Amino acid sequence: MNVKLAVGPLLYLWDRASALHFYAELCQSPVDIVYLGEVVCSKRRTLQREDWPAVAQMLRDAGKEVVASTLALIEAESEVATACRIAEENALVEANDYAVVHALAGRAFVAGPHLNVYNAATLTWLARHGARRWVAPLELPLGTIGTLSASRPANMEFELFAYGRMPLAFSARCFTARAHRLQKDECGFVCGQYPDGLTLYSREARPFLAFNGIQTQSAAIQNLLPHVNAIRDAGVDILRLSPHSHDFLQIVQTFRDVLDGARLSLPESFLPGGYCDGYPAGAPGIAHAGHALPN
Amino acid sequence: MPALRAAIDHGADAVYIGFRGESNARNFPGLNFSREEASLGIAYAHARGARVFVALNVYPRPATWASVMATIDQAASLRADALILADPGLMRYAADRHPDLRLHLSVQGSATNWRALEFYRREFGIRRAVLPRVLSCTQVTRLIERTSVEIEVFGFGSLCVMVEGRCALSSYVTGQSPNTHGVCSPAHAVRWEETPAGRESRLNGVLIDRFFPTEAAGYPTLCKGRFTVEGSTYHAIEEPASLNALDVLPALIQGGVKAIKVEGRQRSPAYVATVTRLLRRALDDCMHAGPRWSPPTEVTQGLDALAEGRTHTLGAYHRPWQ
Repeated sequence: MNVKLAVGPLLYLWDRASALHFYAELCQSPVDIVYLGEVVCSKRRTLQREDWPAVAQMLRDAGKEVVASTLALIEAESEVATACRIAEENALVEANDYAVVHALAGRAFVAGPHLNVYNAATLTWLARHGARRWVAPLELPLGTIGTLSASRPANMEFELFAYGRMPLAFSARCFTARAHRLQKDECGFVCGQYPDGLTLYSREARPFLAFNGIQTQSAAIQNLLPHVNAIRDAGVDILRLSPHSHDFLQIVQTFRDVLDGARLSLPESFLPGGYCDGYPAGAPGIAHAGHALPN
Repeated sequence: MPALRAAIDHGADAVYIGFRGESNARNFPGLNFSREEASLGIAYAHARGARVFVALNVYPRPATWASVMATIDQAASLRADALILADPGLMRYAADRHPDLRLHLSVQGSATNWRALEFYRREFGIRRAVLPRVLSCTQVTRLIERTSVEIEVFGFGSLCVMVEGRCALSSYVTGQSPNTHGVCSPAHAVRWEETPAGRESRLNGVLIDRFFPTEAAGYPTLCKGRFTVEGSTYHAIEEPASLNALDVLPALIQGGVKAIKVEGRQRSPAYVATVTRLLRRALDDCMHAGPRWSPPTEVTQGLDALAEGRTHTLGAYHRPWQ
């Protein structure tokens, strides 16, 4: 079966109209799966609680599978309660913390990239708890994914982060608010000013990381388009494309065309930092092999 | 081994150690124990009423899985008092194979809420968890109210501003991270250079910081560097400072915290001796004096003298930035 395309959860705080427009456009695009919901900051309300089911229905009507994703850092009691409510209300949930795996109580779920699955024993254990799809940790080399694929639990799908600024770290502290010298509780949703994150540069002006609230991302966009054949050979079933504010529909289409056999490359990155693709080779994630076309 | 003896001689109730190799999150040359040394260390501790916990807190990949399992068996055969683990697959193995061996959830397990802790307890019978350094004092107390897992928190040492176990910054730059290789900003990737602009520290080529001749130049842990954001150059992620929880020690004790963790690995025996002695005294005084205790100046000054950047912070416990 050909590799499917998933659109990951929207990592940034976009205004409501932009978010609704983004999901409406996805209906016509060749994506198979869409992850919805807030995964970074519990204060954000990109969409209202009642908006999400409507967006989900619109996408389902367009033939997409919809998955409700959840926070990667769950601290406050209110965050535990919200995550558990999402687990109860949605047919398929992506868990990024074991609190959610606990709340799911054995129902089928997607094991998100932040559950730290690095070996077959943990993958098997999660499968027994209902995991039917696994999103590999960003830093896991493709060779390891291939090894795990060879002994994968029955009916388990493998998904890989293939496009976007990578969510590398989480903190209790909001770095966007810190950059604006604002208290976290009085942040004024300043992260909303940065639809693709706030770029951080080294002191020699090299784009290095990007702040997205409590999340620290790579400044470079990980672009695995040139590696899709090796990725397919490693047993990956689904590629995750992480939403960005420019060129996204073109990116989706290009990935689809290349998976279907075309030889195409992505347009130049619209963000400072360019592209990177080191992780699949077991190299530093920031490394960039420099091939634009699939090999 | 001298550091283990120093900790026990100066009042530590327990010491955590790692074995050589990539089985633990402090995988640095010359730092960890061979089987024979571990055996001697455990005997030394037990003879003095102290306990030894073995840290195996990486996430092994298929290539290292067998050796890490063997390390678990070794820790059990040496009669270590507990294993500190992060990987669920390893916890499954340890709980099945060595049901009498105490399991502690490592800080690398990223458990920041009671529901995750209770899941680990139900699954593997974990007895204690070390909390990531991202929770406030109030959150620690509330979490304790809802779980029967003993809670251990960091009292003194480095301030990890990211949730432990969910930080890939180091592998992004160097290819190695705490999760994959038990290292953060590893020394082999560090390069120092004297330049006309000042002394520069680089991590795999990425400029982490640049220091004036009069500035103290700290180790280039990548989240403690100075970077430029919208034209301002500052410690954009975190200032280099040590975590010191003494100011909130009464609240932590009253809240039900069972153990205070001090970073001792990667440290000299003299450092370990001083920090342990000061912390032991602070804990004993605080337990005796109750909620109104505050740390004596000489204890705080003694710890500051050993701290990164010679200064300390309460980190997330207090959250001045909240």
